[in-house]
Amino acid sequence: MNRRRSRGLPALSLIAALLAAMGGVALTGCGGSGSGRPRLTVSAATSLKAPLTGYAADFDQADVRLSFAGSDQLAAQIRLGARPDVFASADEDLPAALHREGLVDRPVRFATNRLVAVMVAGGKVRRFADLAKPGIRIAAGSPSVPVGAYARRAIAALPQPQRRAITGNIATEEPDVAAVIARVRGGAVDAGFAYVTDARAVPELRTIDLPVQVTAAYAVAVVRSTKHPDEARRFVRGLLAGAGRDALLSAGFGPAAP
Amino acid sequence: MTRAAGRAFPIALGVALAAVLTFLTLPVVAIFTEASPGDLLSSLGHDGALDALRLSLETSAIAVGLVVAIGTPAAYVLATRNFRGKALVTTLVELPLVLPPAVAGIGLLAALGPKGLLGGPAPPLVLETAGVVVALAFVSAPFYVRQAQAAFESVDPSLLEASRTLGYGEAATLARVAVPVARPGLAAGLALALGRALGEFGATLMFAGSVRGVTQTAPLAIYERFGTDFTAALALSAVLVAVSLALLLTVKLADAGDLR
Repeated sequence: MNRRRSRGLPALSLIAALLAAMGGVALTGCGGSGSGRPRLTVSAATSLKAPLTGYAADFDQADVRLSFAGSDQLAAQIRLGARPDVFASADEDLPAALHREGLVDRPVRFATNRLVAVMVAGGKVRRFADLAKPGIRIAAGSPSVPVGAYARRAIAALPQPQRRAITGNIATEEPDVAAVIARVRGGAVDAGFAYVTDARAVPELRTIDLPVQVTAAYAVAVVRSTKHPDEARRFVRGLLAGAGRDALLSAGFGPAAP
Repeated sequence: MTRAAGRAFPIALGVALAAVLTFLTLPVVAIFTEASPGDLLSSLGHDGALDALRLSLETSAIAVGLVVAIGTPAAYVLATRNFRGKALVTTLVELPLVLPPAVAGIGLLAALGPKGLLGGPAPPLVLETAGVVVALAFVSAPFYVRQAQAAFESVDPSLLEASRTLGYGEAATLARVAVPVARPGLAAGLALALGRALGEFGATLMFAGSVRGVTQTAPLAIYERFGTDFTAALALSAVLVAVSLALLLTVKLADAGDLR
């Protein structure tokens, strides 16, 4: 009996050590965030990742925490009762709908982006017409996420045979633009519909303009229930004129007024 | 014919083993060979990768700590008492083991979300670190409770009886006799629960969201990066492989302690 008990000890002490280490980490972790500034949670479309990460890090009136996902998912979270302070969407419809439901303040347009076809250089797709060839596999956003809705708008504007062929070639519907880029880059598909800013950020990708230009208008709104309305408004103002706008422009976004 | 078959079978066995081994280790090996160690290390340093790892360790430790504190006496009851409906209770406790994580996420939202069943009285959990702890505790608890129940069941009942006749109360018998004797099994359960908590993805994403530094644990950070920063995703994965390996070794050690 005694032997059996003592055999168990090394394993247990190993776990105890592991837990102690984690506890230590947890304690130091808690100490780090006590800067006294209010915490601002910003829910933002995945395509805003690069510019907002920089802007948020330099925003000195609040400790900004970023949550990136497809705009539709972020809107769904807000409908379910999640309470970020700011919602920045890759379209104008989602924040407008939340505004009608009384969940966010009046949204304002703060940037524009352009939908393009993206592919790995040297792949099967060289011209836009190649997208309609049989056997080509295309990644698009799912219809509910703005990047997918814009892709469908672009396809709908094409002449019928091309429209049907490209629709048939859509092999996967992804939850956000990062997933579209990942499929193209990983070689799972031959091309994808994504924003020009995302394609620009990945060196091995090239882009082809669409025959009918589709402009994505981005809108941002302060969430009604925010506990820090002043900081949230200041964050939004910076996107319209200031450091946020500069970050957007240098990441390749267009100005709010197209 | 029979001699040929006699030789063929061991070869087939060897091939099967080699196939299993290659298939199961290749993805793990690829994580370490896809990018250079220097690139892996440097990409851990920027863009909040370490924040995500720290958050994973913190929330997993807290969740599993809660699971052990509450799950140990619960498992003891299941192991030492007989009551009507015990099989049903055991099954219900084990259900999250086989529940798809997305179902766990939806269930947690429906139960504890702001508009859920208990959404009014419950503290805010969605988009909060506390929500991550809840999700991790939900998915990892069955791993610990099940293992702890088995460990307590294998404790010789006469030991517990002797403890009671010596005047120990029920609480003292649990703390002084049952827990020390069942220690290896409890340790294994704890390690398994930690492993599950550290790997949790779907329920956390759906219930707590993916807010950097608040709810974005290491697996969520890997998902956020796989499209735009594959090297960073690899680096975080490499760290999780190392942690998982350490936990598995702990389980093995605990098992070895149990058998002797």
